[in-house]
Amino acid sequence: MQSDWLFIGLFLLIVALFPGAPIFLAGLIAPRKPSVPKSQTYECGIETVGDTWVQFRVQYYIFALTFLVFDVELVFLFPWAVAFGQLSMFGVLSGVIFILILFAELIAAWRKGALEWA
Amino acid sequence: MNFISDPVTFIGHWLGNLLLSWGVSQPVVTFILKFIAAGLVGTFGFALVIFTIWLERKLYGRIQDRLGPNRVGPWGILQTVPDIIKIFTKEYITPVGADKIVYNLAPILSVSAVLLTWAVIPFAPTIVGTEVNVGVLYLVAVGSIGALGIILAGWASNNKYSLLGAFRAVAQVVSYEVPMVLALLVPVLLGRSMGINSLVNAQSVWFIVLSPIAALIFFTSSMAETGRAPFDLLEAESELVAGYQTEYSGLKFGMFYVGEFLHAFTISALTATLFFGGWRGPWAEQIPLLGVVWFFIKSFIVYYVVVLIRISMPRLRIDQMLNFNWKFLTPLALTLLVVTAIVDKAFYTILPGLNLLDAAVPWVRAGVHLFMNLVIILITLQLLKSYRIKAVRVVAEPRPVAVAPEPPASVIS
Repeated sequence: MQSDWLFIGLFLLIVALFPGAPIFLAGLIAPRKPSVPKSQTYECGIETVGDTWVQFRVQYYIFALTFLVFDVELVFLFPWAVAFGQLSMFGVLSGVIFILILFAELIAAWRKGALEWA
Repeated sequence: MNFISDPVTFIGHWLGNLLLSWGVSQPVVTFILKFIAAGLVGTFGFALVIFTIWLERKLYGRIQDRLGPNRVGPWGILQTVPDIIKIFTKEYITPVGADKIVYNLAPILSVSAVLLTWAVIPFAPTIVGTEVNVGVLYLVAVGSIGALGIILAGWASNNKYSLLGAFRAVAQVVSYEVPMVLALLVPVLLGRSMGINSLVNAQSVWFIVLSPIAALIFFTSSMAETGRAPFDLLEAESELVAGYQTEYSGLKFGMFYVGEFLHAFTISALTATLFFGGWRGPWAEQIPLLGVVWFFIKSFIVYYVVVLIRISMPRLRIDQMLNFNWKFLTPLALTLLVVTAIVDKAFYTILPGLNLLDAAVPWVRAGVHLFMNLVIILITLQLLKSYRIKAVRVVAEPRPVAVAPEPPASVIS
């Protein structure tokens, strides 16, 4: 059990090293001739206007928020699905009611117009 | 334990015993063996990309009536190697005002997130990185780190196009996680476990037979997660230059490329593992090495479909994509989950009264589930039919621009 997670711990290290090391090495090999025009922001050849981190559409934020609600609640369903074999019909139905509440949530967001890209 | 049938476990045992006989203590031996195994899995995943890039370019070429790469090595199979050498010698250009740490971290993150998935994918009954008892949850957790890589890349580049690409990643990649997780719940429910290898063991009948809808939802939404055509809104060339990777050059850009191709193969491997029985096949239990062969045959068939879809589909619009996700896939997946749960429980409740043979039980269960899936598909199609747009508004009648003059009679003969 512990050695399973030992593997993942070591794997995390290796997985960070695999893309990281070539990027570092290539930085040593590659030529470096910096110049002002080269390091300008590329926007179709026209000079960039104003600040990059500007205000953006609120719709992106609303979608991320809807996702967050769903994702957090979906995690609760995994233990239910794993223990499914030992559950009684009552246990199954309570899980189903939980999913139906999620469904109601989706419909509520839909009716509110949170899922429209207008 | 035979060398021919299972070389990996054989060598592992041999090396472990050798180290023990040298007087190395048991925890250190475990550590060394795990380290070697982790290195092997990582190297394998990384090396696989060299092959899949060639395969994809070749298929791309064939579909477009070209030959594809055909100069370096037989059938151009080594084409990727000179490409890698070339990209190694390219200069890094960091744009003015970029957030340096995040900017350099993003390409590493986008590769490692995908590579991490390979820790839990079983290649054969005994050849598996590690069998964690929360495997599916691990997949979900690791999968969302990839989206983070894209968002960080777009944010740190100090470029409006990159930033727009990152915003689209928030809307798209993150949204498609919802139906993907819902579809992943179905195999967990049917297999009664979260360990990937025990899910494969539970597939005496492949889960695609039990739940074709779940397989389709998982496949579609994980394809959207990879951010490739037809879902490549994050890097739509005609709108956003190259999206989140506009300001990257050299190997940093190369790592995004590697991450994308590796992700494409990883989702095929996951689909093959969770829905097509993974390493299951004739004699896979006796000869684990054969399981590896079955696993890769299935993975590459799914990968072929992924590439075909990428080649033949036009890009979707963002409102179409989000509508498809939130108004079609998510309700469908929720309905499927409810139906699967109730049907499975009802089946096992009335099972003792049916007097079935033990061997027939999985097949009857599969039949019941397949029937319910078909019912859901029929109802869905009817609903879609009743809600479809009735008539396309005609803006103007097509009119001929000029009437061709009658040719003189002498020309006709």
